[in-house]
This record gives sequence, structure tokens and C-alpha cells, in this order.
Amino acid sequence: MLPYLTDRFGNPSGSHSVARAARLALDDARDDVAAALGCEPGEVVFTGGGTEADNLAVLGGHGAVGGAVVCSAVEHHAVLLACRSLEGTTVPVDAAGVVDLDALADALHPGVGLVSVMLANNEIGTIQPLDEVVAVVRDRAPRAVVHTDAIAAVPWLDVTSAARPADLVSVSAHKFGGPTGVGVLVVRGGTALGAVLHGGAQEHGRRPGTHDVAGIVGAAAALTAAVAGRHTEIPRVRALRDRLADGLVGGVDGVVETGGDRSAKVAGSCHVLVSGVNQEELLLLADDAGVCASAGAACASGALEPSHVLLALGLSAADARTAVRFSLGYGTTDADIDVALAVIPKVIEQLRG
Amino acid sequence: MRVLVAMSGGVDSSVAASLLVDAGHEVVGATLKLWGGPSDSGCCSVADVDDARRVADQIGVAHHVFNFTDDFDASVVLPYVEDHAAGRTPNPCIECNRHIKFGRLLERARRLGFDALATGHYARVDGDDGHRRLRRGADRAKDQSYVLSMLGGADLAQILLPVGALTKAEVRAHASGRGLRTADKPDSQDVCFIGSVEGRRGFLGDRLALHAGEIVDGGTGAVVGTVPAVELVTVGQRRGLGVAVDGRRLYALTVDVEGRRVVVGGADASWTEQVRVCRPSWVDRPLSPGSRAMAQTSAHGAAAPCTWLGDAVVFDRPHPLVAPGQTVALYDENETDAVTGSAVAA
Repeated sequence: MLPYLTDRFGNPSGSHSVARAARLALDDARDDVAAALGCEPGEVVFTGGGTEADNLAVLGGHGAVGGAVVCSAVEHHAVLLACRSLEGTTVPVDAAGVVDLDALADALHPGVGLVSVMLANNEIGTIQPLDEVVAVVRDRAPRAVVHTDAIAAVPWLDVTSAARPADLVSVSAHKFGGPTGVGVLVVRGGTALGAVLHGGAQEHGRRPGTHDVAGIVGAAAALTAAVAGRHTEIPRVRALRDRLADGLVGGVDGVVETGGDRSAKVAGSCHVLVSGVNQEELLLLADDAGVCASAGAACASGALEPSHVLLALGLSAADARTAVRFSLGYGTTDADIDVALAVIPKVIEQLRG
Repeated sequence: MRVLVAMSGGVDSSVAASLLVDAGHEVVGATLKLWGGPSDSGCCSVADVDDARRVADQIGVAHHVFNFTDDFDASVVLPYVEDHAAGRTPNPCIECNRHIKFGRLLERARRLGFDALATGHYARVDGDDGHRRLRRGADRAKDQSYVLSMLGGADLAQILLPVGALTKAEVRAHASGRGLRTADKPDSQDVCFIGSVEGRRGFLGDRLALHAGEIVDGGTGAVVGTVPAVELVTVGQRRGLGVAVDGRRLYALTVDVEGRRVVVGGADASWTEQVRVCRPSWVDRPLSPGSRAMAQTSAHGAAAPCTWLGDAVVFDRPHPLVAPGQTVALYDENETDAVTGSAVAA
């Protein structure tokens, strides 16, 4: 990334030599991203992050096609609130967080213009049956554009196949080791997409605005590395996650994994409910002891709000406030899990008094 | 000591945290998110949380945001609305201190292993177990012992009030000396969950049915006017009633929400010999009925000599009417800067 912040700092839309160098880097990055996501380079739209990609998909898809909008109740706010702004319908999920296909079928009709169902949930890691979702949509709402938010699915799933049936696919670089503030929306050939931002001709006018060349170069490199490492990393991280989850559930009373069956979740996700413990207190003490974990979503002030995902699973607001999420990545080691398993049970014991 | 400092984003709690760092304590800052609705200022605004976070960074301490909105709704906002619905005039800041800051937050501080909880209140704590004292702040004009008067000795043992020994000017001088970004920030004034645009009337009007009522002259029984909302009238209130009889100023003497009536009277009727109270609480041990004390019935009023009767305070001299719902803080008759207890006007 560094050269594109220093001596190769050019605007790729320009025509002089420095600009052309930046343009070549952008073109290479686009090829790499397309290869990793299983699409054509011309189908890659770079955005300023995942939220922007999701909003472009929902608002732009709706803008081009019109009609009613439908999404699942466990979508990230970037999709959920965009759909809500269009007075869309949300489809419930089961206790594991999997979208209810019968309820989806009921919500669909020929007037539906856009359906958005995520590939993997960002909080609890549940993988959605996207093939079945899309089959239902094609059957009941043949005109609808299908979007999948694959932000939490990369690097854990092979998006080239898993997101294949979707017309629009969003990803976000910082979820796979790239920089923050860079996203991609895959717009499959022939998919209509309206403009959300208005301005220059970048990304064929689908995302006007000067490119963040350094960020895009970094995102492409990270995505390529993430895909290359998947075969060895996923089994390794899954084993670490299983050790962590088993250690917490088996080692401490009143700890349960959220949403049941672990095999239906991405490998890096460990999400638990700790009975009788407030998540804010647990996170604070864990952080003090060197374990960085998270929970739900924060409001503008930084305070934690009860997660809409957990509420959609049928949990009470009180239970949702006992939730803690441990996210593992390619960089997570055996020693990290040792630390977490030494720290977290002690913290829980202290907080329960 | 490990000290958790409640940082509102204002200058007083900023300086409280800074003083504790100077004294060598291990300090962690926390800002409470209390209110989910729209609000201009107070503990909940994002700008105030940002100020607290950045002051914490300036003085080199960790900072957290705690979400107590559910408890705040249940323990402060709901009772506030219910009190008004019943024609009482509550002190929501005192209920917040009682239930949230020195209730839920203090419990949390203990669970998290802190030795003490500190705030930026202008009051002082001294003495030891069995003889704990809550005293007025050194800056009498800023003294906040009234809004802390319901604290018990066991809680006071774990509470630090570092700015209580300073004047407001000294607090601001410390803040500007350290370059704290809150040094010149204006004091907060109003109830934090009520925005200045909607006001008390707008806030309550969204949450309970407000009823117009008659204003009745207590002396003659004559109807002398009307009020748009009986629930918003405070006993003892003069301004805003919009009535005068024969050029006399009239005071609200009683508020009867069910009867949709406010009884008013002249200045002579706006004084009382005694106030009935409920919910007493004590710093050390209960005052026995018949004990002498000093009673303060508003945040910055003067304390008046009185006798404690157990369910009432009898003033030595006539005292302005005390609205039901208001806190009556009791101070020691000899050590007049020391709080002995607190009750709520019935």
C-alpha cells in the first residue's frame, strides 16, 4: 500500500504518468479481486467500505428495479436499515439464526424487486442456505434482484461458489486482513443497479468518487492471501474455535453457545451467552487481562445495545445483554486460546461473586 | 486504590479524575449512557461522551461507556412521569444518584474489583466506619450535598468526591492548567433527559395525559383562572399561573390532579409550619423522633432549624411550602455542614 501513499500517489482517473501508474495498480487489484470472488473484473465495484457496498446494493437495486424490498431479520444494520428506509419487510429466522424459508416464501410475490439475505451472520456466524433462498426467490419473485452480504463470510467460505447464485455480493476488506474503509460490491453482468451517489464516471458511474488506490491495492493483496491460505487456515482456526467454545461451555457453569449447532457457523466465530453476567462487565475485565472480545452493536456514544440479531433468535433483551463474541482469525494462535481459557472463566467467577 | 470515576464529560468529573491520577490512584473512567431519546445535553449526548473519552485519554486513563438505559427508564424516568401524573414534583437527579450512580454503578464498581467510586460532586466525605460523614462542598455556592443526602454510610465508605474540597474557580483553574478540553465547558443545568426544545411539557405530554384545570382561590372558593395542565403545577409555584386577585401575588397551595384543581392563596398562605415526609434514609443511624436538625428543601436553599418527628419535619419558623416529591435533606443541628439523612416530602 505504501507506494500508493507516497511516490505513486496519483489519481487513477487522470492521464499523466503518475496517474497512469495508479490506474494500472487499480486494474491489477480489480483482476485479483475478481479472481478471488469468482466474477469478471467488470463486475467489481470498489466502494468506501462494507456499509457503502450494502447500501449501494439495496438502494441501487431498488432504484433500478423498484418494487417491494425483503430482507432477513438478522441482516447487518447496513442492510436492515437500508431496507427499512424503503419500508421493506423482514423475514424471521429460527433459533439458530437461519432464515425461515416458509416465511420467506410467504413474504415474496411478483411485485418484490429486491431480496437481501446475508451469507454468514456477522455476530453469531450462522451460515444461510443461500442456494435455497435464491431458489425460493426465483420461484416466487422472478423479477427480484438478489443481494447477499458476504462481509462476514470472507475469508471463511469460498465465496466463488457460496455466493454464486446472488446477483449482488458485498465484501469488506478489513474482515479479511485488508485496510478499513474499502469494500466491494460484485454486480453480476446484466444486473440493473441505480445510482446512489452522483458524480464522476468511476466504476462506470456506479460508485463515483476518486478511488482509494492504496486501500484497494491493500484489499486485493489481503483477499488474495486470504483465499490462498484458506485450505490450511480454516481447519486450524476451526480447531482453535472448537477448543475455545468447548473450554468455555464445558469449563464454566451457565455458558451456552448461541444458536446451537456449531457446524452451521463459520470457523472463526465463537459466540456464547454467559448466564448472570453483564457483557459490558465481562468485556471490560477481559480487556484488562489482554483478551479483546466484543458484543452486539454499539450506538454513537459507544454504549452497547441489545443485539437485534439475538432478539431475532427469540432471546430476551436481558439474555442478549449476557452475550459475548470471540472472533478468531488467521492470526489467532494456540497460545491466544490458552490465554482466553485462563482469563474468561476467572472473569466470570469474579463477576458472579 | 483502584478507582472508577463517573465521567459525564463536564469539567467537574474531568477534574475529579485528574486529581485522583495526581494522587497516584489507578483510575478508570466510565460514562453512563442513561437515556436513549433525543436530548440536548446531559449525561447522554454523544458530544459529552466524546469529551469524557478524550479527557480520559489526556490524563492517561482507560475509558468505558456503560449502558444503563433500561435501569434509568425504570428507576428514574418512569417514576418521574408517575410523580407528575399524581401532582408531585420529583427530583429525578436525586433518584438517578440513588438508583443509578450510587446504586447500579457502585455495585458494578465493586464487582469489577474497584476499591472506590468517584464522581465530580461538590460535597465531602469524612469520618470512619460507624461515624461516616457527608459534608457540604467547600464551595458553598456549588454545594451538592443535598442531592447526595440519601446516601448511606456503607456506600459513602466507597465514594470519593475529589472536587468537594475545591471551589468551582479552583476546579476550572486545575482544568485549564492541565489543558483539559472541558475547562471552559458550561455547567449543565437541566434534567438530562428533557430536551430544551420539547421542554418538560412536551416530554410529559408524550408520556401521560395532561389535564386542564381550574385555579381556585383557597380563601373565597372562587374560580379565578385555569391552567392548561394540572400535572405541571408545583406546590409553592407563583410564576406562570397567570392569576392575580386584587393585585396580590398568588401561590399554588395544593395540586389536585383527580379534581383537576389547583388551590391558590396569597403570600401569607404560602408558608407552613411543617412538612410531612416519607422514605427516610440515614447516613449512620436514624434520628429519633423529637431530635433537632436543620432541614434543607431545595438544592441551593438555606437549611432551616427544625424538629424531626419521624413522619414529619416541624420548622421552628414558618417555611415556604415544600412540594410533594421534593427531597428534604437533614443536617446535623451542631455540625451544620454534615448531612444526617434525607426524606421525601409526602
